[in-house]
Amino acid sequence: MKLRVESVFTDFLIVGGGAAGCYAALSFCERSDKSVLIAEKAHIKRSGCLAAGVNALNAYILPGGTPRDYVDYARRDAGGIVRGDLLITMSEGLNRVTRKMERLGLTILKNPDGGYAARGKRNLKINGENIKPILAGAVSKEPRITVLNRVCVFEYIVGDNRIYGAYAVGIDKPVLYIISAKAVLCATGGAAGLYKPNNPGFSRHKMWYPPFNTGAGYAMGIRAGAEMTTLEMRFIALRCKDTIAPTGTLAQGVGAKQINALGDEYEQKYDLTTSGRLHGTVAENLEGRGPCCLRTVGISRRQDIDLQKAYLNMAPGQTLRWIESGNTPSARNVEIDGTEPYITGGHTASGYWVNTGRETTIKGLFAAGDAAGGCPQKYVTGAFAEGEIAALAALKYMDDGQKTAGSARARQGASSLDPFKFFSRGAERSSAGLGEIDRLEEEMQSIMDEHAGGISRHYRYSEASLKTADEKIRALSERADLLTAGNTRELVYIFELTERLLLCRALIAHLAARRETRWRGFAENTDYPDADGAFLKYINSRFEDDEFRIIFRGLVAEGEVYEH
Amino acid sequence: MSIEIRREACIGCGQCADVCPGSLILIDSGGKAVIPNPERCWGCASCLKECPALAIEFFLGEDMGGMGGRMRVRRENSLLHWDITKPDGSLETITIDSRDSGMY
Repeated sequence: MKLRVESVFTDFLIVGGGAAGCYAALSFCERSDKSVLIAEKAHIKRSGCLAAGVNALNAYILPGGTPRDYVDYARRDAGGIVRGDLLITMSEGLNRVTRKMERLGLTILKNPDGGYAARGKRNLKINGENIKPILAGAVSKEPRITVLNRVCVFEYIVGDNRIYGAYAVGIDKPVLYIISAKAVLCATGGAAGLYKPNNPGFSRHKMWYPPFNTGAGYAMGIRAGAEMTTLEMRFIALRCKDTIAPTGTLAQGVGAKQINALGDEYEQKYDLTTSGRLHGTVAENLEGRGPCCLRTVGISRRQDIDLQKAYLNMAPGQTLRWIESGNTPSARNVEIDGTEPYITGGHTASGYWVNTGRETTIKGLFAAGDAAGGCPQKYVTGAFAEGEIAALAALKYMDDGQKTAGSARARQGASSLDPFKFFSRGAERSSAGLGEIDRLEEEMQSIMDEHAGGISRHYRYSEASLKTADEKIRALSERADLLTAGNTRELVYIFELTERLLLCRALIAHLAARRETRWRGFAENTDYPDADGAFLKYINSRFEDDEFRIIFRGLVAEGEVYEH
Repeated sequence: MSIEIRREACIGCGQCADVCPGSLILIDSGGKAVIPNPERCWGCASCLKECPALAIEFFLGEDMGGMGGRMRVRRENSLLHWDITKPDGSLETITIDSRDSGMY
């Protein structure tokens, strides 16, 4: 395999063309004539979390509410481990980005008086099947944005803790891109595929979070020495069993209650938080009162049909399940189950440690959406709002830099990792093929499942089990280091496995550092089964000399401006 | 869940290969779309919506309780017609207008 080297120059490089990345590009161009390059691993028309669509905007400030209410809700749900400064600045943007999406063509349900119709306390009902094509269409109309589809960014170019661009490889074309940029936004997804999934066989990619979100953004930051935060706050979704389809549409849309096998509503017995609802379901199952369901029997025919449509707009497999089995939700309650754990800053507080402007600890590198930590419950609109905040901060960084600093051209070779190390293997040795890469991935997922609190262990782990997990993941990493790529696709799969393994190590270090159980359900530390006020702080980490150094930091409140 | 591409119906336009969020669909030497690793499919149905030839079918894997039903999508302006063939061979169509917001 030979790689052709291609140099690309831009002002603002955005890694990942999902919700946060596309919105950031649009926001940047509204205020600047500078060039933007979106580097996307798939194709921005349908890539990322919104590929299948979405049928509600779950972060919106309804009449009578305030951004501060949203901050309070997110803080409560996260057991206090949030960044107030990040949450308030995001919340203040939620309604603005919603109006912009409507102007771009998103259909939002209206009341007779013209206002948006609410679904629950913070949610709007939409037809979001086409939300990603709408965003991509707006991006394509902007002449200053170049989109590089089907390229995998795998390494930042960093010198003296300042970013100069990134390296990428073509997925279909054997091209090594050296992208020079004045500022970079990490808008990648979080990480799926670290743990053994619900359906480990043929349907193993039928998971809640996109299986193509490998944690690349986090891993690149970790390798470059960026500080990361709260990785131990894993996200585990409560989903429709087997299809792993969302449950919010049943719970909030038609008011379906969680019931156990005895028909009892059990939700109120546990914490009414996202993790508490999961914990309650796990506990009911463990105590022999499973399976648990959402009670949909008794809904009207109209509700039944509308639910089938709603799921086609975001999780079409669920509608197919209902229709092929002949058991639509009015006829049979919908069984629910927890998924495997993920790391995603859009739902929990995991990700890059950023300042209030979303700049990471690496100068000129910004983060938004699932990549950025400290700001949970973003959902789609929060990712947009963060993309906007980060884009404006990046613009200011560039403007300030132009006055003082000189050229921001790529410093080839200044990176901590020599990218050619990966490529030379393919040329020098024969490929082990996809099968070997998949085998190592399965081993990794089994180790994490058994020793770091996966589904089969009811999300429980201990100091001893984490130590075992760490040892096994390190050994596996050494084997992964010997993999060889026969073509660029295999090379990308090797990168992804390497990224996941590094992230597993980071996650294990974070889980071990939080010697308490703050989020029942999400992370059950059997050595420390209760919350401990001494851990009302952020657990951060930096990767130094091949080890994760843990850093504890005090809470930051709204109203404060946090600088590194 | 995954997809199957009906080779005889594929017109080789490549739109499915473009939009797949996992870059899982390729155009082979015969000019037809193929998915070499269907087990890597997420089940987002993006390719079904793009295919102008109704060549792609969506199904649930047996390991997740799939019963053999098949789903295709026809696009007509703002309408999406979801044609679902049940295991007994009967057809049910659900039509959604993108100008209407969901009720839930």
